[in-house]
Amino acid sequence: MKFSELLEIWRGTNLEFSEIILAQEMIETGRDPEKVKLNLRRLMLVMLEEAEKNFGKKFHTLTGMTGENGYKFSSYKPLMISEFNHVATTVALSMGESNASMGRIVACPTAGSCGVVPGVVYALKKIVNASEEDLLKAFIVGSGVGNVVAKKATLSGAAGGCQAEIGTATAMASAILTYYFSQNPEYVGHASALAFKSLMGLVCDPVGGFVEVPCVKRNGSAVNVAIICSEMALAGIQSVIPFDEVVEAMYNVGKSLPESLRETGLGGIAATKVAQSIVESIKKNWENS
Amino acid sequence: MGLLEVSGPVMTGPSSSHTLGALKIARFVYKLMGIPDRVVFVLHGSFALTYRGHGTDRALLAGVLGLKPDNPDVKNSYDIAKMYGIQYSFEIDDLGDVHPNTVLIKAWKDDVYNEIEGSSIGGGAIRITKINGVECSLTGDYPTLVVVNKDKPGALKDILDCIKTNIANVYLRRVNALQGIALSIIELDENVNDDVLRCLRKLDCVIELYAVVLEEGEML
Repeated sequence: MKFSELLEIWRGTNLEFSEIILAQEMIETGRDPEKVKLNLRRLMLVMLEEAEKNFGKKFHTLTGMTGENGYKFSSYKPLMISEFNHVATTVALSMGESNASMGRIVACPTAGSCGVVPGVVYALKKIVNASEEDLLKAFIVGSGVGNVVAKKATLSGAAGGCQAEIGTATAMASAILTYYFSQNPEYVGHASALAFKSLMGLVCDPVGGFVEVPCVKRNGSAVNVAIICSEMALAGIQSVIPFDEVVEAMYNVGKSLPESLRETGLGGIAATKVAQSIVESIKKNWENS
Repeated sequence: MGLLEVSGPVMTGPSSSHTLGALKIARFVYKLMGIPDRVVFVLHGSFALTYRGHGTDRALLAGVLGLKPDNPDVKNSYDIAKMYGIQYSFEIDDLGDVHPNTVLIKAWKDDVYNEIEGSSIGGGAIRITKINGVECSLTGDYPTLVVVNKDKPGALKDILDCIKTNIANVYLRRVNALQGIALSIIELDENVNDDVLRCLRKLDCVIELYAVVLEEGEML
């Protein structure tokens, strides 16, 4: 279902938006809304638990290319951004690094982009003292936004580039923030569209094909894109192009990306000289161990 | 695909296709025959090229040990395998015209041997493509019966007569004409109960029987 159709139902019924999303899920999949809600709650609680456990930790990742970024960022006193951004960014980096060291993560929507949504969910809880109930409603709305992308486009980096993975994560995170602060689904649509447009065209170019560089740090920067797009939408700034059309555009861009820029580890920064020499030395290390 | 697949699942990183999918294929082996005494993983394509950086090896080993995808011990599967005294090895080979993320798992337990081939087709979804040489396309989302049966008229009818639940898909092929052996793979809508298994075991045509059941939480 299109986002505009969900909005239409909301305008016609004035039901709480997360309830509309759950009802729509029942129509599409036959799943009991209460069960879906319970399962989404579990996903959210696992995110919060893992964010708490891994916040600013050092990790030994599979390749060693990352592992201390969350630690460095959490020990640093930022000069420009708010405490909210600082916490959200630390979580995003830490979750990315936990993922790269075979930690438990929630693939929301994918493993490579698993830091963005927990970043905002955890910051809402820690900094804004969001209640579990309000957080869950916003999380359901964020999931609904992600579901529109899954249905109308793709969530896979191999099919649509990084814009499909981190772009969707950022749109979902921006939706969560916007719904939490405004409960206004129209603002949610604008925030999500703005987020996608900020990351439109982003290629999937992991060094060596491994989910570490640039994935971990992209989670860290993307969470800030989610925050600023939400702030813009809350300020009343609208996306000129509606969310559904932005998703369609993202899909078309993804399909026109060459294979080298879709998770093959052959193009983009993966093709740089330094990247290639790093991969060579990682492989040599493995052969020797 | 729905809300839960978009916002989940809970898994061990770092990759849904190279880690989660690999684990799910290997876990099918565990559900089929329990923890094997000896196992060989033959890695193909992208699995062969990148398995260490994605923890594919640890995920595969965790799968045959029966660990679930969100178990924090997935990364410690080498240690757990040693604890159980399992013999394991990883080989690299070209498995032919198959999906880039494909693994062939050869598993031994007591005097039983099975080989399962499966592909991780993206987003953590899998297809079991071969069981003991018989081609199939199982998603792992259905309870499945794998029956080694005598290749004689009426065998399939006898087997199906025992099963009371609705059947989603059936694969049947003669695997050894000389010995008169066939293999039936039956995907069901629901788990079978003990009566069905007893009925099947009593059949003269059933040589070996494996029941892959879905556990709580795997089905919505």
